[in-house]
Amino acid sequence: MQTDTKSKIEQLTSPSGKSVTVLRFEGDISSTSKDAVVGAYQGLSKETVKTILLDFTKVEYINSSGIALVIQVMMEAANGGQKVSVFGLSAHFQKVFTMVGITKYATLSADQATALAAL
Amino acid sequence: MTSTRSTTVEVRLPSRMGFEKVAMQTAASVAKLMGFREERIEDLKTAVAEACINAIEHGNRLNERLSVGVVLSAGTDELEVKVMDDGKGIQKTPEKPDIDRKMHGEEDPRGMGMFLIQALVDEAEWVAGINGKASYVRLVVRLDKEPETV
Repeated sequence: MQTDTKSKIEQLTSPSGKSVTVLRFEGDISSTSKDAVVGAYQGLSKETVKTILLDFTKVEYINSSGIALVIQVMMEAANGGQKVSVFGLSAHFQKVFTMVGITKYATLSADQATALAAL
Repeated sequence: MTSTRSTTVEVRLPSRMGFEKVAMQTAASVAKLMGFREERIEDLKTAVAEACINAIEHGNRLNERLSVGVVLSAGTDELEVKVMDDGKGIQKTPEKPDIDRKMHGEEDPRGMGMFLIQALVDEAEWVAGINGKASYVRLVVRLDKEPETV
């Protein structure tokens, strides 16, 4: 019944010349998405990856368990000295992420270009 | 839906994760028929999904022999949603999640469902069932009219 979560890793360079790793998610983000969300993040090198963008453009459904996985990624990234930004959320999920306080630790941008320009 | 009487739609879900989306989409369809704005429909979808997840996971403890009942009652200016399970119900009101504590590992990253429900609907009431069974959460979302253009 739940749509599998897919994740894809891509390397980009921001307009200011920073190396950026983008984690692109697709499908639902829920309690069954741990491998696709936390697992994909944990596969990144803490030594070389310093800036991470989480792309939710192709995600239609996120529940509170899925948000908890995003918080877990943010927590591990903060402990590893990595910066996390988020883009591609619908207006509703931007509101939800703001409600739970995620904006205190991660910038939310409408799209990839805006997120990259803000780095 | 121009009738002034309350119209009821009922859905029965298996206690299996993922089926909350059936209730969520049904609630969205009813709300759309009632004329709710898209923004409120999105709020309702998240609130209904979280209520069903709580019922499946905590109320019925993922026991697939038990089902979760969802009753949507569409009135003239509000939509009431009752989500029923066979659990004992909750004993305390939800607390606002503390992102600082979560980020420092002092609070479980999970546990935001009830907070979201309360924040996204106009009324949320958790009712513990008699004899520790048949508990429910009752949500109400009111139909606010689009501002009139002059």
